[in-house]
Amino acid sequence: MTIKHHLSDDLLMAYSAGDLPEAFNLVIATHVSLCDECRARLEAYDALGGAVIEEQVAEMSMGSLEACLARIEGLPQANARAPRRGNGIFPAPLVDYIGGGLDAVKWRPLGLGARQAILKMGDNGASVRLLSIPGGTAMPDHGHSGLEMTLVLQGAFRDEGDRFGRGDIEVADDSLEHTPIAEPGETCICLAATQGPLRFNRLIPRLAQPFFRI
Amino acid sequence: MKSGASESLAEECVQDVMATLWQKANMFDPSRASVATWVFTIARNRRIDALRKARRPEPEELPWGPEPEPDQAEAYEAQQDTERLGAALAQLPPKQRDLIERAYYGDLSHSEIAAETGLPLGTIKSRIRLALDRLRQQLDVKASQG
Repeated sequence: MTIKHHLSDDLLMAYSAGDLPEAFNLVIATHVSLCDECRARLEAYDALGGAVIEEQVAEMSMGSLEACLARIEGLPQANARAPRRGNGIFPAPLVDYIGGGLDAVKWRPLGLGARQAILKMGDNGASVRLLSIPGGTAMPDHGHSGLEMTLVLQGAFRDEGDRFGRGDIEVADDSLEHTPIAEPGETCICLAATQGPLRFNRLIPRLAQPFFRI
Repeated sequence: MKSGASESLAEECVQDVMATLWQKANMFDPSRASVATWVFTIARNRRIDALRKARRPEPEELPWGPEPEPDQAEAYEAQQDTERLGAALAQLPPKQRDLIERAYYGDLSHSEIAAETGLPLGTIKSRIRLALDRLRQQLDVKASQG
């Protein structure tokens, strides 16, 4: 697999530091599961985090060491878990949220053959959904009010002259008014996270927006 | 621990982190990361648990298979990487260093990091690139073995 569209340094650093909402964390964890290049860069940012904490010294109160040793005493050693595995087109982090593979997704129709499934997040900093777009059709015409990440899991789409295939991630901000179009052929399945609700540019989808929560 | 946590909460978190390190000690692979990096990842996860309810899903593990004995040379290199990054960090102008520290202690939002990473963080970036090249070589070796 050749991945051409990767994560930026600031997003990898923010994920490493734990500074992002859950929805973006999920998309990044899923991309890194597919992309060795971004995995290596992420590990370098984790190493930078190690270097940062290594030079910090903090005063601890009296009795802290004793309290710590008392807690540790009698704790069992954790057993190595079996490694988490993907299921079909879904890497492990996504399987954890869906509870299975493609056949476990609870799709809702969006019209014109497109479907979505909104995944439940623990915070509301950003929302994330699976999108299923039939080959040759456009994604629902939208703008968005903040950061948007779209990761391809199956098929491909074209946007602004670029092609995005499995594993590729498109990161856009609110300055980009774009219309991704699924390539003819296989249905395009994406994991898309957005900060703030999407704004639709055409009247009908805008009227439908409160019902579809897209 | 910083991140606006109160002192007693911070101390409780430190104890939790120590306990987790103890419990997971047998899973630590020194050929993949330095001790400092490992402590950082566990402390980060504890901070996320303590301060926010948002989860931070982890990527899928690579199917590298069990390694009976960690490679001494790789373990040494992982340790060296952290030390070199620490040295590069110390050479940065105080303002830039402060920025990176705040990012890792969770005191900066992503958009603040994005706005600030345009700074010429030259030495850090070149160190990261070196650490990166080394990791990439490791990944290639593992991939060709697998």
